[in-house]
Amino acid sequence: MVRQTIPLMITAIVGFVLVVAYFIPHPPFDTLREDFAIYFDIIASVAFILGAGNLIMMHGSKISKRDKSWGYSAVTVGGFILVLLIGLTKIGNPDGFRGSSVTAEGSYFDYVYRYIFRPCAATMFALLAFYVASASFRAFRAKNAEATILLLVAFIILLGRTFVGTLLTSWLPDSLFFLKIPYLAEKIMTVLNFAGNRAIMIGIALGIISTSLKVIIGIDRSYLGAD
Amino acid sequence: MRPRSLLRVRRSHRTDPPHGSVRFALLFSLSLITTMGCLFCSAPQASAQTPDRGEGSANVSPPSEVVARDTPSDRGESIAVAWTPPPEDTGPGGAIDGYRILRAQSATGPFEAIGQASAGAAAYTDTNVKNGINYYYTVVTLAGTAAVSSGVAGPAQAHPQWLNTNQWNAFIILFLLLGFNLYYIEHIKSGGKPFIRKLAGLEAVSEAVGRATEMGRPILFVPGIQDMNDIQTVAGITILGHIGRTVAEYDSRLVVPTSRALVMTTARETVREAYLSAGRPDSYNENDIYYVTDEQFGYVAGVNGYMVREKPATCFYMGAFFAESLILAETGNSIGAIQVAGTAMPAQLPFFVAACDYTLIGEELFAASAYLSGDPKQLGSIKGQDVGKLLGMASIVLGVLISSLGAITGWGVLEKISSWIESFWSTTLA
Repeated sequence: MVRQTIPLMITAIVGFVLVVAYFIPHPPFDTLREDFAIYFDIIASVAFILGAGNLIMMHGSKISKRDKSWGYSAVTVGGFILVLLIGLTKIGNPDGFRGSSVTAEGSYFDYVYRYIFRPCAATMFALLAFYVASASFRAFRAKNAEATILLLVAFIILLGRTFVGTLLTSWLPDSLFFLKIPYLAEKIMTVLNFAGNRAIMIGIALGIISTSLKVIIGIDRSYLGAD
Repeated sequence: MRPRSLLRVRRSHRTDPPHGSVRFALLFSLSLITTMGCLFCSAPQASAQTPDRGEGSANVSPPSEVVARDTPSDRGESIAVAWTPPPEDTGPGGAIDGYRILRAQSATGPFEAIGQASAGAAAYTDTNVKNGINYYYTVVTLAGTAAVSSGVAGPAQAHPQWLNTNQWNAFIILFLLLGFNLYYIEHIKSGGKPFIRKLAGLEAVSEAVGRATEMGRPILFVPGIQDMNDIQTVAGITILGHIGRTVAEYDSRLVVPTSRALVMTTARETVREAYLSAGRPDSYNENDIYYVTDEQFGYVAGVNGYMVREKPATCFYMGAFFAESLILAETGNSIGAIQVAGTAMPAQLPFFVAACDYTLIGEELFAASAYLSGDPKQLGSIKGQDVGKLLGMASIVLGVLISSLGAITGWGVLEKISSWIESFWSTTLA
């Protein structure tokens, strides 16, 4: 009972105060949004310690049990400890331990970030290029009427954004400008796509307001594990 | 054979017309609008006295009608200075270089320069003032070596306001939605039967969980990469609670890797309660809900690695996603998992639609919790939301008609009305 009532009360009070603060710029409401954001950051920082602890425990357990993927866990824990130590001791920091930020240029931390972390992240990001191609290949198969329309529209957009689109229809007279592929691509993006996007955005905005109200007035308690 | 269509035709939302009792909400909002009307009374403003012509005054004129007043709808500590540019001001690159704004605490000075505005500008906001103190302003036209000063405007005082009248439209929408929600909750509680169209993605939850159980493989739930202060994550966690209960009933395994520690603790609590309410607290394994990393692509690498190694039979992606959406969904597709996604990030929706079996588009993510619970209170809120959409659609159609009529007839008043409707929604959505 208490486990649900207290979180519900905190949610209701904080939610209501934040809604009021949105419409009342007068003190003491003017700084409440920033204050609550700071409180959230403090809670998230404490939770981060929980997260780090969980990471060590989870992967430590896998390593000690020699789980089937324990090698990955060893890399994870090794990387975590290495970066933590480098960050805490500021090894290689040009201004020493008491000097500038932990991320100062020239420090080992900066080195790890630039030459290990960033390339790894960029590699993951680069996978998108291949995944976009494979997803497009499936999405553009003309299996039914809708997929055929999608294929045609995608084809026009694709051509319209490259020099080929301009080249293909450049011979058309100015009176038939509306048939030129770049023009069609532009109109599809700025009229049809924009309209659809806005419709989704309006639905999302109303959905956010409605969900927030449900949570604030306690109708939706499922985030607490209750209906 | 499991369904795997790439495009789904979505029927438009069927919405019951507002009932008579909705009038209370409309009347409430009308009274609100009347109240807000008085808020548009402009704050006391101080106009400039006679201008002071300085060096080079033969070529340029000083700004006229200089007005200093408390900036409306703010928390104080700000004064808005406005002026009418001289006729020589043709914008940047013209005869006038710009304006210098000077301030003093007495009409006779001494004035000190507090900022500059470029040519073509007609306003400046002084945010370096204290509340309740009289300030006087003068604006100097700068043109080469010439500087011509306007008269002194003031006194003006900064004060914090009690109402932010710039947000009155958001307030009305919030108020109306709250009214509609409460009305429909009461309506459904008193026996009304709402029509809620079927959401294929949520109808498939049992099928997807059942398939994973039969195959003896885990179910993966990804709650996005944002923290608990994002409403999409909250919506994702509420859906996780319902899925957790279904998984517990099937005695299957649910794995939730999170990219935020706070999401991990919330998800653990939610799933634990779900297992408890399903009568299987012993099946709950805390270690299946774990923290990976805050870093976007580190998280993706961790989750993808898990997917490729363990090959979950079902993947749920519910929450806020960015570039990682397609990487996750395509990896899930490559291992043959049934995939259900839901997000309110418009840019990621096409990726999910292309790569997943079912996609909850935008607002459907927020409606999912109510839909799955079947709770009258929550279903009522969906109806309230639908009425809000109906109002939005009606105002869009009305705006288009009025704007078209304005263009045809040339009546300026129609253009003004359509602009008002447009700004009403655009500033609210902003």
